[in-house]
Amino acid sequence: MSAPLIEVADLTIGWDGRVLLQAASFVVEQGAVFVILGGSGCGKSTLMRHLIGLEFGSGRITIEGEAPDQGVTARPRFGVMFQSGALLGGLTVGENVALPLQQWTNLPADAIGGIALAKLRLVGLVGAEDLLPEELSGGMRKRAAIARAMALEPDLLFLDEPSAGLDPVSAVELDELILTLNQQLGITFVVVTHDLESIFKVGSACIMLDKESKSIIARGDPRSLRDSSTDARVRAFFNRTHLPVAA
Amino acid sequence: MQPSAIELFRSSQTHSAIQFRGSLRFAQAAELWAALRNVESSAVRGETLDFDMAGVERIDGGVMALLACLRTELQRRGVQSEFVEAGPAVQKLIHLYGADHSVAVLTPRAPIGLLDQLGRATISAVRELQLVLAFFGQLVISGFSLWRAPRSANWSDLPATMERSGADAVPIILLINFLVGLAMAFQAAAQLKRFGANLLVADLIGIAVCRELGPLMAAIVIAGRSGAAFAAELGFMQVNGEIDALRTMGIGPMRYLVVPRVLGLILVLPLLTLLADVAGVLGGLVVGVWNLDLTIRGFLNETARVVSIWDVSSGVIKSLVFALAIALIACQQGLATSGGAEGVGRRTTSTVVTTLFALILIDASFTVFFRVAGL
Ligand SMILES: Nc1ncnc2c1ncn2[C@@H]1O[C@H](COP(=O)(O)OP(=O)(O)O)[C@@H](O)[C@H]1O
Ligand SMILES: [Mg+2]
Repeated sequence: MSAPLIEVADLTIGWDGRVLLQAASFVVEQGAVFVILGGSGCGKSTLMRHLIGLEFGSGRITIEGEAPDQGVTARPRFGVMFQSGALLGGLTVGENVALPLQQWTNLPADAIGGIALAKLRLVGLVGAEDLLPEELSGGMRKRAAIARAMALEPDLLFLDEPSAGLDPVSAVELDELILTLNQQLGITFVVVTHDLESIFKVGSACIMLDKESKSIIARGDPRSLRDSSTDARVRAFFNRTHLPVAA
Repeated sequence: MQPSAIELFRSSQTHSAIQFRGSLRFAQAAELWAALRNVESSAVRGETLDFDMAGVERIDGGVMALLACLRTELQRRGVQSEFVEAGPAVQKLIHLYGADHSVAVLTPRAPIGLLDQLGRATISAVRELQLVLAFFGQLVISGFSLWRAPRSANWSDLPATMERSGADAVPIILLINFLVGLAMAFQAAAQLKRFGANLLVADLIGIAVCRELGPLMAAIVIAGRSGAAFAAELGFMQVNGEIDALRTMGIGPMRYLVVPRVLGLILVLPLLTLLADVAGVLGGLVVGVWNLDLTIRGFLNETARVVSIWDVSSGVIKSLVFALAIALIACQQGLATSGGAEGVGRRTTSTVVTTLFALILIDASFTVFFRVAGL
């Protein structure tokens, strides 16, 4: 419950002269629900794309000691849910969830179908398996994408704004799902979210990114940050207040 | 908007103010804008032109946006301008639109010279060629790895691709090639009649259609239909994040998306080419019978006599290369898409243009090669 699973050292992200994040270092412990916070446009999704090996900055990122690299096609070591869901539009919801299973297991088709249904039930999408992604609402797409990310039973899951666009009840259910998976199965989560309630409920550690300073401005347990941070930006975020106007 | 809603007050040589009065609505924005333009144009560098809001009863967001924009422009010209005497409600709106902040000036992009553009275009064309070749290399590599593990390919996409690119294209290919054969025979008929060489129309159409026009026209139709479709499909998947999602599932887009499409086209285009050959010859036949007094049997016998197996098969060989080029360029362009719906459109266009150019180039190379090799 405390070995580092993801290690990031001196990561700098930027494009043609513009820097988004400067020399960031942090560690995600095994078994954590690690939350990435920050205002919109500060680079949370981009940081996640670097963590999962879709983009490369300077610096070093390792997951279980190895660099994540999506260039090689091997059985994935983790599941990912993108901000938009990114379901394959040509396949039904059920086929989307079944896809990684078809690719990476020797299970017969009926077993794969059964697993896909069970995963969909887990995220509250009973009866949606034969619909196309375009027939789902934004929130349903996200849940289907979570089901797909969990298809291969990864012990590490990346979720980009899982509860944005969900109604409050579904958002609470999602939090409970994350907690259950985390506590019962020991799955480590890296979650990008704005949802304060969810941060305090599920987050065991967090980092907060900041657009102006291009760096991590706070790290640690979200509850203690809320109660005792001395940084005005951090307090403003957690207490949903305005930043005092800069002098 | 009454003309009296704004008025210019000059308090000193260099200091004046526009007084706003009454209720300023976006519905009257056009008149207000014209009136403001009229007034502000006299202000020159070093002067001050304030916006006096004391008489404003109401102002909505649209008008405030216009005023903020005007203030920015004035400051860029070196005219000092601030909102003054605003009541608390108006003050709030001014703050909301950032009209009380110092002005950030957009720097206009420097125009690019003709020679510069030409150079850039050349470099990007060479770069595109490199990318397509690199893509071909990757395709060959995944082809080999699929050879060893055929189960990991996405064979289920293959029949669908073949149906959409092949079966669905049959009517249009038949029609176009029939018309091409017909038009060409008509052009030749007048000449041939003069020499009494009516039967030679069968030779001309047979050879030209089988060696050149059949394969080329079929490939052009497929480039327009399937090439554009592939690029748009993959381009949309790319901008929608589906390609990234595939990668994170350990599924390479090469084997999952590109291989079935390349293979599909390579399988259907030769068949379509044979159909195109038949349709072209039929077009010639119609002219021969109708315009040149040939019998159907006579025309077909002559065609069978002059058109060799090699004439047909050289066209089919060409069509294999055409198919590879179309699928390769389309998939490469599709996967290289960025920038939303507009990006998809741009890539689709460039796919069709690039592919047509490549087809003509390949066709010319083949013709020269066959000539030199004496085939
Ligand atoms: N490939 C790219 N090239 C240039 N800028 C990019 C690229 N990808 C993202 N950005 C920029 O990075 C910033 C952060 O984006 P993102 O990570 O999506 O923010 P967040 O998820 O925190 O809302 C945005 O301003 C975006 O314009
Ligand atoms: Mg984001």
